[in-house]
Amino acid sequence: MTISFDELNSIQMDVLREIGNIGAGNAVTSLAKMIDKKVDMAVPEVKIMGFDKVSQILGGEEMIVVGILLSVTGDLTGNMMFILDNYAARQLVNILLGSNSTSLQFDEMELSALKEIGNILTGSYLNALAGLTNLKILPSIPELAIDMAGAILSVPAIEFGKVGDSVLYIETEFSEGITKVFGDFLLIPDVDSYEVLLKALGVIE
Amino acid sequence: MDIEIVKVGMADLKSAQHPCMLTTLGLGSCVGVALYDSTTKIVGLAHVMLPSSEQAKNNSNRAKFADTAIVQLVEDMIKLGARKDRITAKLAGGAQMFTFSQGSDLMRIGYRNVVASKEKLRELNIPIISEDTGGNYGRTIEIYSDDGRLIVKTIGSGTKQL
Repeated sequence: MTISFDELNSIQMDVLREIGNIGAGNAVTSLAKMIDKKVDMAVPEVKIMGFDKVSQILGGEEMIVVGILLSVTGDLTGNMMFILDNYAARQLVNILLGSNSTSLQFDEMELSALKEIGNILTGSYLNALAGLTNLKILPSIPELAIDMAGAILSVPAIEFGKVGDSVLYIETEFSEGITKVFGDFLLIPDVDSYEVLLKALGVIE
Repeated sequence: MDIEIVKVGMADLKSAQHPCMLTTLGLGSCVGVALYDSTTKIVGLAHVMLPSSEQAKNNSNRAKFADTAIVQLVEDMIKLGARKDRITAKLAGGAQMFTFSQGSDLMRIGYRNVVASKEKLRELNIPIISEDTGGNYGRTIEIYSDDGRLIVKTIGSGTKQL
């Protein structure tokens, strides 16, 4: 049995939405702990959309974004991506390192801070998912790339493309003080893992 | 001269008559296959995501796969008046956006897209005039119907003309 987002029923969809909420909520809580500041989060928006719309995420194909990608092994296999625009990345780095740079270039130290942010956010997202499902989920060390949104998003889009014509992503807006930061999580299970995931959540037999 | 600008999305293909410019923005591991018939100045552009429709469980979108997209694009161009024996190709994209230490399948997809596109073009006897493939960066490409030039733009690696 192959499941694709194109043919999920509304209950399965709601469950995936709820995973997104809990995962992203957990991630933002971890971020607050990391920077030792109160971080507010809006209710994440969970969207399933066609490839033609994908690149409109984050303001267009040519918008420069930071993508953090890691692979997942264990009971559930696949990939996970956290993506945010360059400006938001700068805000996060500033918060974390206590700096106030406005440069959109990142030095090695700042890149490593960004990777760590990605690591913590995706790690706590996956922890929440593992807790919910009782599945063993082992994340890899994250990789980071800064480039056009279309190019970065081609990586998860291709994975989704193997099973259907749409992608699932969760948009999270969080803020610390007056600094608003938007970021998107993309959970990309391998073809066979959709079934594992939905079974573990009790949505399919 | 005002030219028509046609945008080609992800897993999408378009063909058009002169005068026009076809563009696809932010190619990553996907491959842009740009076809041109210099006599009729008919152009075609496909934004291919995956190498083969044969391994796919859902292959209804022909534009998504290198093998079916190129065949479809050639057919569309012929319908507009192009002749197959005059069509030439230029390729761009197929980057590896992330460098993972473990070489998982996900990481080689750009390369495999390029190989599959070349194979299909060879099978159809369509010569590849030039290419700008591989690397680890995204590309925006534009093909112009007046002379078939392909402009490749990047964020940190400059602009090229193929």
